[in-house]
Amino acid sequence: MIEVDARGLSCPIPVVKTKAALDENPNQPVTVLVDNPVAKENVARLARSKGYTITIEKTADGYKIELNPAS
Amino acid sequence: MFMVLTRWFTSKWLIIIGGLIFGVLGSLLVEWGNPANMGICAACFLRDITGALGLHRAGAVQYIRPEIIGFVLGAFGSAFIFREFRSRGGSAPMIRFILGAFVMIGALVFLGCPIRALLRLAGGDLNGITALAGIVFGVLIGIFFLKRGFNLGRSFKMGSMAGWIMPAAMIGLLLLAIITPSYIFETAKGGGPGALHAALGVSLVVGIAVGVMAQRTRFCTVGGWRDLFLMRDTYLFSGIAAFFIGALVTNAIIGNVTWGFEDQPIAHTDHLWNFFSMTLVGLAATLLGGCPLRQMILSGEGDTDAGMTVLGLIVGAAFAHNFLLTSSAAGPSDFGPIAVIVGLGFCATVGLTMRDRV
Repeated sequence: MIEVDARGLSCPIPVVKTKAALDENPNQPVTVLVDNPVAKENVARLARSKGYTITIEKTADGYKIELNPAS
Repeated sequence: MFMVLTRWFTSKWLIIIGGLIFGVLGSLLVEWGNPANMGICAACFLRDITGALGLHRAGAVQYIRPEIIGFVLGAFGSAFIFREFRSRGGSAPMIRFILGAFVMIGALVFLGCPIRALLRLAGGDLNGITALAGIVFGVLIGIFFLKRGFNLGRSFKMGSMAGWIMPAAMIGLLLLAIITPSYIFETAKGGGPGALHAALGVSLVVGIAVGVMAQRTRFCTVGGWRDLFLMRDTYLFSGIAAFFIGALVTNAIIGNVTWGFEDQPIAHTDHLWNFFSMTLVGLAATLLGGCPLRQMILSGEGDTDAGMTVLGLIVGAAFAHNFLLTSSAAGPSDFGPIAVIVGLGFCATVGLTMRDRV
């Protein structure tokens, strides 16, 4: 499982890291951890534009975003 | 219901409507008393506050601008209502402080922040195009660093008191604006742009409205360009475009558009330094993660790193005027361009050295 821990990182680093992870691992699910709503929105928007399905889970210190490639 | 509201408030429509209203207000504020092509300018207005506090002594630009107070308090209230207020900090505050100072120095060599660059163009001042080209060039350099792993590091959750400091300081400023004790400086009537201002209540209400809108939509005049080039994402850019259109149409209706490079209000025509000063602004703001307005909004949400950046902007304004770095209608000063070069060098050093270690 590929995981990007972007907690504590401010805009636009979470998106840059997520994009790098998606580009390096095409067609694989990626989990992104963020700790603020702005990063959550931005990561979700990026993933949606790349055709991934998204599930967001609220965690103790933020959000866990699971990105799954469309099969 | 709450989720539905939250989703609507972050949809693309909201940033377009919000940007349009912001643009209209930015143009109308000139009618209501603010300086020409400067209905709202994040950098100029912070600089005016710096002068009002006596941190610089340029008599022409001293006034506690209520718009700035409104930005932070509007964002604070909005973040609170939408449960997004969170005290945090610790991501390279010193570097952010200095980057903030250089953003201000760059803006005062051009004579405007990215917002005023748009407002100037919307008023027909074609030097705004040079400035926008400079911003885009700076953003592209910033993207180069971002792609190479540039990162100012993680921030951490803090005790809530830390995040309250900036909003509390703004309430203090508001009290000073209302009471105007003798130690607060104010530009004398006819003495310069500082004397031109809308009524306190009008400016404050507009500032709060913009603060709420920008907090909800994440409006950012540098992030818009960044996301466009970095990810082909037009969300934030649509806010910038709507802002420009709102201001342009309003200016056209009230007859405030005069096309040309020469003799524009509070502007000069030195293309070289209009370009490179805004390159500095675009680059430093990309490294910071947002334009001066965005930094103020974040500081209202409890982000103490953004708060440090705003303090950096203020100190940058003080240095810019005290060290004669600011431009005038005649053009850049002797020292302004040198400061821009130093700033670009600082940004490049930060961009190259502050990286993720793999």
